[in-house]
Amino acid sequence: MEKLTSAAEAVSKIKDGDVLLVGGFVMAGSPETLIKALLETSTAKDLTVVSNDTGTVDSNMIKVMQQGRVVKIHGSYIGSNPMTGQMLIDDADSVTLYPQGTLAEKIRCGGAGIAGFYTPVGVGTVIENGKEKRKFGDREYLLETALRGNVAFVKATVADKFGNCFMRGSTKNFGAIMARAADYVIAEAKKIVEVGELDPELVTIPGIFIDALVQSEDI
Amino acid sequence: MDAKEFIARRVARELRDGDVVNLGIGLPTLVANYVPDGVEITLQAEHGILGAGGAAKPGEEDPEIINAGGFHITVLPGASFFDSSTSFGIIRGGHVDVTILGALQVDEKGNIANWMVPGKRVPGMGGAMDLVVGAKEVIVAMEHTVKGSHKIMAECSYPLTAVGVVKKIITELGVMEITPEGIILTEIAPGVTVEEVQAATDAVLIIHENLSVMDV
Repeated sequence: MEKLTSAAEAVSKIKDGDVLLVGGFVMAGSPETLIKALLETSTAKDLTVVSNDTGTVDSNMIKVMQQGRVVKIHGSYIGSNPMTGQMLIDDADSVTLYPQGTLAEKIRCGGAGIAGFYTPVGVGTVIENGKEKRKFGDREYLLETALRGNVAFVKATVADKFGNCFMRGSTKNFGAIMARAADYVIAEAKKIVEVGELDPELVTIPGIFIDALVQSEDI
Repeated sequence: MDAKEFIARRVARELRDGDVVNLGIGLPTLVANYVPDGVEITLQAEHGILGAGGAAKPGEEDPEIINAGGFHITVLPGASFFDSSTSFGIIRGGHVDVTILGALQVDEKGNIANWMVPGKRVPGMGGAMDLVVGAKEVIVAMEHTVKGSHKIMAECSYPLTAVGVVKKIITELGVMEITPEGIILTEIAPGVTVEEVQAATDAVLIIHENLSVMDV
């Protein structure tokens, strides 16, 4: 199966109303080539974006948001993108904030066939509003449910043409788990090599999770 | 020595050899500069690093190695990288010995508020809620007051980050331990009186019978 394609072709799969998982922690591992293609070549709107931080003032996501195409955000730390902060002020329901580990685990569960999990994080805070609270032993936990996307954008340092991805250093963050939790997963890679040229011991994301592979503009 | 360096130096003395430590952004980051001789710690960064080092030298920045504040850093021999799910498993699973972070408010029940000021733009909690719940020990390192307003309270008024997790507060005025009986002032900064510390504190302080002078 040929996975190597253009960014424009890959993002053309995104439909109105889709849930889009976007990897990266601030700029580390942020799939800017794919977000730029979403900005410039796709007209998909009413998008829900799942992102740790929704990028910075210099990232492409804020420009997609300025086009009015993002109606809902799930994130954790949004101090680096003032547009997300403004969305939260204008409509509190448009931005849902989670403890960072809870967001990560929701996505991990989404990719791993787990419906939900109990976590002690958020007990006694606004995070517990509307959630089931249950005691295990003498400690209270909140039920958090899995989160999946229609499409995921992730960024690799090196990928082979089967889709096996190596994510170097601190770029693994959310991308490595989001790639397992969406129906259609697009990876951009700084370097793309032939099958067999990426050491199996260095694979962060097995290739079966990747549906489309795009050459990153960041090389 | 300014107040922040003074606080960071005193906090560093809390660290034990072998500790896995997560430092918050800002003042807590300075603590890494003052780790005592003979104490080796492993710094954890919540987006996926164990063994984080100092800032990268100009010209040697690696765009794929940043700290949780988004700054280019180095890693030390023995470091490892992993994804956010593994990282928060490390945090939630009790594998971080100490987390040191700032606060907007802390109260005598050990409650901490450090992620939002009502009516102001909300940056989000990031990893703070996970860290204070998951780490074995939570130390708040902060300036004692902000623009003359109290931060060490009988009861937090800002939205909480977590309930009953803080055991120790270190400021430029003193060291305080939070106990079921209340907040005990155990050490006091040189040249400061107990009355001055109490005046800067909303909660009523219990003064330790062997109150000592902070040694940095």
